[in-house]
Amino acid sequence: MSPSPAVLLRDVVKRFGAIAAVDHLDLEVSRGACFGLLGPNGAGKSTTMRLLTGQAVADAGTVEVLGYGLPHGSRQARAVSGVVPQIDNLDDELTVVENLDVYARLQRVPRAERDAAVRRGLETALLVDRAHTPTSELSGGMRRRLLIARGLVHGPELVLLDEPTVGLDPQIRQQLWATIADIRASGVTVLMSTHYIEEAERLCDQVAIMHAGRVVASGPPKELIAELVGREVLEVAGTPSVLAEVEVEARAGGLRTRRSGTTVAVLDAERLDGQAWAQGERRAPTLEDVFVVLTGEELA
Amino acid sequence: MSTASPPIAQRRFEPAVVGAIVYREWRVFRRVWFSTAFGSIVEPIVFFIGFGFGFGALISEVAGLSYFEFMATGTIAIGIMFSALFPGLINGYARRKEKHLYDGQLAAPVSVAELVAGESLWNGLRVSVVAVVTLGVAFAFGVQMGPGVVLVPVIAVISGFGLSATGAAFAAKLRSWHGIDIVIGGIIAPMFVVAGTFFPLDGLPWWAEMVGRINPLHHCVELLRGAAFGFPGLGQTMLHVGALLVFNLVAWFAAVRLVRRALID
Repeated sequence: MSPSPAVLLRDVVKRFGAIAAVDHLDLEVSRGACFGLLGPNGAGKSTTMRLLTGQAVADAGTVEVLGYGLPHGSRQARAVSGVVPQIDNLDDELTVVENLDVYARLQRVPRAERDAAVRRGLETALLVDRAHTPTSELSGGMRRRLLIARGLVHGPELVLLDEPTVGLDPQIRQQLWATIADIRASGVTVLMSTHYIEEAERLCDQVAIMHAGRVVASGPPKELIAELVGREVLEVAGTPSVLAEVEVEARAGGLRTRRSGTTVAVLDAERLDGQAWAQGERRAPTLEDVFVVLTGEELA
Repeated sequence: MSTASPPIAQRRFEPAVVGAIVYREWRVFRRVWFSTAFGSIVEPIVFFIGFGFGFGALISEVAGLSYFEFMATGTIAIGIMFSALFPGLINGYARRKEKHLYDGQLAAPVSVAELVAGESLWNGLRVSVVAVVTLGVAFAFGVQMGPGVVLVPVIAVISGFGLSATGAAFAAKLRSWHGIDIVIGGIIAPMFVVAGTFFPLDGLPWWAEMVGRINPLHHCVELLRGAAFGFPGLGQTMLHVGALLVFNLVAWFAAVRLVRRALID
């Protein structure tokens, strides 16, 4: 296997008019990894994904996918990578099996292997018994599974999942997580963007937190959490005046806080040990805490 | 999950990819062929009865043909235009802006040039069927045509490709469905009327006649008349063929450029 990373972005800039959607972005995804691109809407995740498929062309910087420099090598890169878009673009004029078949042809899967590839796709999508159903009659979860199967039909080395579970029921989301874990286990490199923290924590061994078009922190989720928000968080609920009081007190003790709705979270709460705090609940810190600390913004 | 097959050489323009785009259209057509067939049978019947019998009673002869013969070939040309230009325009817009189909296809190793070529080629093939059906209706109405009519499908393909690409080019510039009115009023209506389809160009004001002579539909209908009733001579015929080929190239290049600009940031 070639030593080049699956994805390499160096100092990449992509502007839309006066707005830099991607602003001097650096990113490296090693082969075999499950990498999560985390950030709120508008952080530049989707633009980054489009840069990797040649559907957006960078104004500056280097973009490489599986060793192919883009945009020049975009066609070669697309032949060995698969895309699962955020916006559902299944072909509603075709059936389930036709969607996979047409895509296999566009990907130029050799004729002798095409039927087997389509069959595998139906199995991945758990839609074997609905092979001849018009795509327009599928439920949201089925459509999403078919989108994933379509992105894998040619056996890519890298799969780009753009917000794979956005807008789906929790139950369907769990099922898709299992599918993504399977893809990963089969040796395919996964780069997924998400604004669901839990998704990134569960599935990814590396995450990069994006804010305003650039990466503000990256690493394994656990290390990022330990490094940036400590081992424990104290979450206090109460009226606005109580919350304000907690904030003042915590800051006096040199601790950072984050307010979300009716609660305030005190970070690095392990340092409070021995001190008397009237109320509140201790919990494990999450990537969401990391995110808020880094960007000062809430997700979703 | 990676397959064992060696990587396929990736050329810039791959006929197999154009074939895959055409195949996709064929799969859809297998289910919806009836509406195409119905339209291409009923529309000429309406034209033949209305214009053929209605106008035919007033006008005895046009350009050496009976009016019925003249308008019958005009009807084939109009069928070719509507059945190629409208899908190019409407699909071009809906698949880009509403269905996001092109986004999905371009994520595979597919270029805009292949995409436009595939869809235009398909519309060209489809209108060749429309043209043959219309020809059948003309025979049923008693129009006497020579053996040259075997060339009608070929004329339909080389006209339909460019007309479909023209629709795709305009579709790339549309920002909403409202823009379609501009294309219908400003492009399609004059193209269909000022072409020598239902009446000859000679009687028009000089400027309208000039417009008519550069109208690709004019070259299409003249070739159809040549095929049905005898070609006017090699020079004149080659002029029409050449004009259609140039039109195909220009329309395809324009569509590729505009669609690429609309789809790739």
